[in-house]
Amino acid sequence: MSHDHDHHHHHDHDHSELSETELRVRALETILTEKGYVEPAALDAIIQAYETKIGPHNGARVVAKAWTDPAFKKALLEDGSKAIGTLGHVSRVGDHLVVVENTPARHNMVVCTLCSCYPWEMLGLPPVWYKAAPYRSRAVKDPRGVLADFDVTLPKEIEIRVWDSTAETRFLVLPMRPEGTEGWSEEQLAELVTRDSMIGTGFPRQPGAPS
Amino acid sequence: MNGVHDMGGMDGFGKVEPEPNEPVFHAEWESRVLAMVRAMGAAGAFNIDTSRFYREMIPPHVYLSSSYYKKWFLGLEEMLIEKGYLTREEVAAGHAMQPAKALKHGKLKVEGVERTMVRGKFARPAPAPAKFNIGDRVRARNIHPATHTRLPRYVRGHVGVVELNHGCHVFPDSAAMELGENPQWLYTVVFEGRDLWGEDGDPTLKVSIDAFEPYLDPAQ
Repeated sequence: MSHDHDHHHHHDHDHSELSETELRVRALETILTEKGYVEPAALDAIIQAYETKIGPHNGARVVAKAWTDPAFKKALLEDGSKAIGTLGHVSRVGDHLVVVENTPARHNMVVCTLCSCYPWEMLGLPPVWYKAAPYRSRAVKDPRGVLADFDVTLPKEIEIRVWDSTAETRFLVLPMRPEGTEGWSEEQLAELVTRDSMIGTGFPRQPGAPS
Repeated sequence: MNGVHDMGGMDGFGKVEPEPNEPVFHAEWESRVLAMVRAMGAAGAFNIDTSRFYREMIPPHVYLSSSYYKKWFLGLEEMLIEKGYLTREEVAAGHAMQPAKALKHGKLKVEGVERTMVRGKFARPAPAPAKFNIGDRVRARNIHPATHTRLPRYVRGHVGVVELNHGCHVFPDSAAMELGENPQWLYTVVFEGRDLWGEDGDPTLKVSIDAFEPYLDPAQ
């Protein structure tokens, strides 16, 4: 390491062997830093934001609000970015977020067959499976087979709608509110909303199920 | 380009393997790669479409055998070399040897990071009226550009219905080649699963893509 700033992660500094990839990545950062293109502290700040601030809790709060506030739900389905922009506690919403609603007749699922497009602001960074070939290749052709890999089974008459995220529009699934949650607060409901339920590869937790 | 990145509908990649309690990063170097890409993009060294194109140009056998952030790294390094920000000699030496090239927006500083956490805006004023209306039947063009495109192969030649109009947006096919933003109307077009995958396809399946106007022709 040619720069000696204070990393948040020191765990691998005392390893005697680094992989070829680690060495190459470190070399690139060294060059970019020496040439004045990047500031290592700014890189640290970006990483810290993704590790600590941005994650599916953002999307979960939006879903919970939609479950409890019909006017918000209507606004959310009409213009996702605008509606979320009105919520002070969910910052960083990106442009062109489209929220798609699951119903008893239709189940929505989101994929990016070309790469990894995903609503980072709402869900954090995508999981490895979302960016990997099995999901990207099969989601548009055999979504029920993909759902089976997640132990999710849908009645066969339910329409499956797959949204392939091929432009800068981002999609968030609004799952159905679990039964038995009448009178629950937004905060309680948000605890039931999983990341996968907002991608369409899972359902919200049932009340009383372990989180 | 018809690369291995365009995976929709391909068989043989096996099962999806969800990882319980997956960490945000599996290794520290992954986080450094992500941050370098974000910082150099924010500094104006490249646009998002160009960076996607460089990942697509990774040789197929390397693309398929590299982890996600490894692909990001390989694309970033090659792009910065080709755009003149680095030299191969510097990469080999692991140190700067040449003067820096000016960055369009300047180096991203810590105080600028928060602003970059909000995704960019790609909507642009319309240069012409939209050709298609909601409900129109359209055929995805049978085009095979050797450069970057966001029209996946599995819809080419197929007829779908315009469902949403997102307004005009930066056209990735032009932007990736640094030929300007060339804004185009963007629509969500929905296809019947059986039109795409034949009679054996799931009868309840509908698949949509977001298609720029130059990807579409009117259909009867």
